[in-house]
Amino acid sequence: MAPPRSFLWSRRIFLTLLTGFVLLPVYVMVSSSLKPLADVTGQFHWLPSEVTIRPYIDIWSTIPLARYFVNSLIVAGAATVCSVVIAVFAAYAVSRYDFRGKRVFTVTVLSTQMFPGILFLLPLFLIYVNIGNATGIALFGSRGGLILTYLTFSLPFSIWMLIGYLDSVPRDLDEAALVDGCGPLGALFRVVVPAAIPGIVAVAVYAFMTAWGEVLFASVMTNDTTRTLAVGLQGYSTLNNVYWNQIMAASLVVSVPVVAGFLLLQRYLVAGLTAGAVK
Amino acid sequence: MTTTAPAEQSVGKTPSGAAHPHPRRRPGRIRRIGLPYLLLLPALLLELLVHLVPMVIGAVMSFKELTQFYIRDWGTAPWSGLDNYKVSVDFDAPVGEALLHSFLVTVAFTLLSVGLCWLIGTAAAVFMQDTFRGRGLLRALFLVPYALPVYAAVITWVFMFQHDNGLVNHVLHDQLHLTDKPSFWLIGDNSFWALLTVSVWKGWPFAFLIVMAGLQNIPGELYEAAALDGAGLWQQIRRITLPSLRPVNQVLLLVLFLWTFNDFNTPYVLFGKSAPEAADLISVHIYQASFVTWNFGTGSAMSVLLLLFLLVVTGVYLLLTSRGRKPADV
Repeated sequence: MAPPRSFLWSRRIFLTLLTGFVLLPVYVMVSSSLKPLADVTGQFHWLPSEVTIRPYIDIWSTIPLARYFVNSLIVAGAATVCSVVIAVFAAYAVSRYDFRGKRVFTVTVLSTQMFPGILFLLPLFLIYVNIGNATGIALFGSRGGLILTYLTFSLPFSIWMLIGYLDSVPRDLDEAALVDGCGPLGALFRVVVPAAIPGIVAVAVYAFMTAWGEVLFASVMTNDTTRTLAVGLQGYSTLNNVYWNQIMAASLVVSVPVVAGFLLLQRYLVAGLTAGAVK
Repeated sequence: MTTTAPAEQSVGKTPSGAAHPHPRRRPGRIRRIGLPYLLLLPALLLELLVHLVPMVIGAVMSFKELTQFYIRDWGTAPWSGLDNYKVSVDFDAPVGEALLHSFLVTVAFTLLSVGLCWLIGTAAAVFMQDTFRGRGLLRALFLVPYALPVYAAVITWVFMFQHDNGLVNHVLHDQLHLTDKPSFWLIGDNSFWALLTVSVWKGWPFAFLIVMAGLQNIPGELYEAAALDGAGLWQQIRRITLPSLRPVNQVLLLVLFLWTFNDFNTPYVLFGKSAPEAADLISVHIYQASFVTWNFGTGSAMSVLLLLFLLVVTGVYLLLTSRGRKPADV
């Protein structure tokens, strides 16, 4: 059955407007990143007066962008690995076993997810400062400390999503593995984890993306050497000038790996997100 | 390599498990009771470390007079009883008045943003339910705002909202002549709308994703039956699609509400450490109270109040939606 004309026209108009809205900032980011500085300090123009790749060269020397990049990579990567590994064990326990306190655990995990980050930022800040004073271990400002704070949001999320996903992996699979002589851990690693790879990938991508884009903890818990991209990009604004063309170039460089990864893995991500969220 | 290690056998399997209707379980039982806890142990320890202990400390801090003089050793800060709470909710005094204002701004902003995100996301998902040329490409494009790192996306909006060299003023003033003179978007009353625009731009793809997934679960027979009965496409959308999405929407709206209400990244990148009054969201407000004016005690009290509010809202919402669902299920 062909859809009615009214539907087709509404769809055309709506999707065109929406595409424009979505792409506008992307266009600004790409086009401005190819403009000379004079173009981005004066009145806005849709097209560059001359196309230059100068901003892409300068971004690395105006601020230590490479260092921020590495910091972000380490912090987001470590937070992702930690939370996914720990969450796989926890989610397996919750999904496959009945035990006392299971409900308390899941409700705690679910509710910490809805708490604002600011709630944990203040106490963690004070804990780190005090540990530093007492033991000399500098958690505050260190990458390790930042990774730990990132677990406040990536861990509950990972556990929650993985419970949902593991529930969708048929129990027959691991029961068969148990019958075949695997231990529970054997069943987890040989059968359940391979079957849940799409969900695990989805959770990992999501955790990485969230950590890569995190601003609140990064702005308080880092210093000059451990600064992540989220805070570091502010360095392109000096007292004399805001290097908008470089900011746009750096934003693009920083975004491309995440967006590319996301789009490549979106099938997994959608499947994983929805197994966990839509139930 | 042998496939059955002795340790694995002890879990409760005899080598010829199929021969026994009830394989010997006893040695495995004990391990199995402990096993879930063992699996949970790392998660429990970390939850304790990053959530429970900080929350307890946060609650304790809210009863202390914790200013910059005591940060190095906050244990020695004097107790102040309920003073921090009294200051926070004294709406006639500056601190309380600003908090109330920020709270109201956040509520208005959140309701508008969630509503718009839901509307746009649902419309896009419904329009893209059946296949047409370019659907896959559009779907990927629509996920871009969601995938972009917050600071990179929001900083682009900051550039677009600039007074002298931004795209928004160029289009509205120079090209369309809609305004008498270029407007300020990141200070003053307009900042609320700037924030809302960015928040909707960034947030609607999530609604789109979830609704799209929800649509896949609606059985095709429903539409076929409706078509046989002579229902048009618009009627099918109104009578089948939207009602079937109800359980999905209930989760989606709650999640969107909590995320938007707690959002710190967007206003912080858009406005910096102190947001303009018209767009002073609660997260940034508490951040400013704590880390800019160095009043951790008051900041903690505000955090606790915010948490109580979110718990109440979530509780009421869950109660209402689960109650509304029951008659429909029966």
